[in-house]
Amino acid sequence: MKKFFNINIIILAVFSLFVWLPLAMIAGGSFMSGDEFQESLSPVFEEGDSENMAKWNIIPKYPTLRPYVEVLIDSPGFFVMFWNTCKIVFPVLAGQLLICVPAAWGFARYDFRFKNTLLLLYMVLMLMPFQVTMVSNYLVLDRLKLINTHMGIILPAVFSTFPVFIMYSFFRSVPISMIEAAEIDGAGELEIFIYIGLPMGAPGIVSIIVLGFMEYWSIIEPPLIFLKDKSLWPLSLFMPDIASGSGGLYLAASVLMIIPSMLVFLFGKKYLEKGIRAAGLKE
Amino acid sequence: MGIFTLVPFADVLKRSFFHGMSREFAGFENYISVLGNEAFRLAAFNTFRFVVLCVPALMLISLLLSVILSLCKFGADFFKTTMLVPMALPAASVAFLWRAMFHKNGLINRLLIFMGIGAIDFMNTDMAFYILTVCYIWKNSGYDMVLWTASLSNISSSLYEAASVDGAGHIRQFFFITLPGLKQDFFIIGILSLINSFKVFREAYLVGGSYPHTSMYMLQHLFNNWFASLEMEKLCAGSVMVAFVIFLLILLLKRVLKEE
Repeated sequence: MKKFFNINIIILAVFSLFVWLPLAMIAGGSFMSGDEFQESLSPVFEEGDSENMAKWNIIPKYPTLRPYVEVLIDSPGFFVMFWNTCKIVFPVLAGQLLICVPAAWGFARYDFRFKNTLLLLYMVLMLMPFQVTMVSNYLVLDRLKLINTHMGIILPAVFSTFPVFIMYSFFRSVPISMIEAAEIDGAGELEIFIYIGLPMGAPGIVSIIVLGFMEYWSIIEPPLIFLKDKSLWPLSLFMPDIASGSGGLYLAASVLMIIPSMLVFLFGKKYLEKGIRAAGLKE
Repeated sequence: MGIFTLVPFADVLKRSFFHGMSREFAGFENYISVLGNEAFRLAAFNTFRFVVLCVPALMLISLLLSVILSLCKFGADFFKTTMLVPMALPAASVAFLWRAMFHKNGLINRLLIFMGIGAIDFMNTDMAFYILTVCYIWKNSGYDMVLWTASLSNISSSLYEAASVDGAGHIRQFFFITLPGLKQDFFIIGILSLINSFKVFREAYLVGGSYPHTSMYMLQHLFNNWFASLEMEKLCAGSVMVAFVIFLLILLLKRVLKEE
């Protein structure tokens, strides 16, 4: 038994190493000066064959804050992209709350014809990779004249089905007796939703926000397809021209991009777990 | 409230309507041409191979991890957090690291040469596919682990106590109590893993661009490229087929699990 336990710890420790080592590499590497970056990593990013091998000192030889200074002060492009990301992420989250939460309440609270069919349809839609719904999305957005605008990214994301599922399972755990008691006390539908549904579903709402933030913070495909104008691109598509010597910036930019995502993750971890679990509970 | 439920539903209808319209417009000829298309066959094969390999592997690995974790007396919370961290990493950073590690002149090869094994050109051989697999498992094991842990906690501990009184060891307990207890959640965890397996395209795209090594050329790449070259009829026919396959898959899985 004792031995068994030790093996477990070793397995877990190895797994943790796989997670923390890359993070440490990014964090440490972001303090590399441009020259050191070039020297260490150019073999990986140069075109053509190079005899040199890449190396990566987790603690740089000459640590410097220069990359950060350059990203934050000398590259306006970074800020534009950072704001683009914000302009996409926050409206999406707000919209999802406005649409998905009441929709899930409707699913959980009322029995109507074709409810199960509709739920199945939702599940199928949830499963579709972006590329499959890409054409239909494009046609709709084109008709609404939303191609090449942030709205064109936001709108489809607002109507995604995944948050509905999470909220659905949270709302279903609201005890019926509680709702009945409120009805007897003369509460209307809206009041029941606001005073019982929302507080009971609060952990679910937080977990939607956490999951959604992480999802849309690194959104890739929709902006790539629907935004032709590169000045509208979000940070997730930030790829400086590494070959031209500005590669050192990249890691600093990565760190700056990881930080918000990590903060949301750490603060919302408890709810994140709840949300993941809720998605898995039933249906 | 009805209005709020109807709004997403209208969106659903709209989407399905557009799928239907493109099919009418295109006719069946496009399906035939898509099925005969070599790139489509390659991509479909790769995607199929990826899903068939990855989803069970991920489910197995994360199940083992969560069982190990449930036996952990201390530090369980730390390890749980650790395993969820990759979820919070933006795809671009993952892709960057991937490149630094697995490039022909990358860090792994440096290590391999140092150990006297010699360099492997990961990105331009079939290895690329397996790296994609590893990347997917790395990224999603925490997510699945949380699901399994939730599922594990539904199994009553009295069953285990009874089993150990009867003299069953850990391994036997796992096969005769844990696995049957988890059966009902296989479906949903499989589905969620499947969803996440489509998202691995982000990393694949950022590392390999529109035309990566053939072993990791996925349907997503193909669809993107069709879109870029405005081959709409192929794209529509392809989408409808993929949608149909996914739909069938769900129905099939549901039925199989219900019969058990």
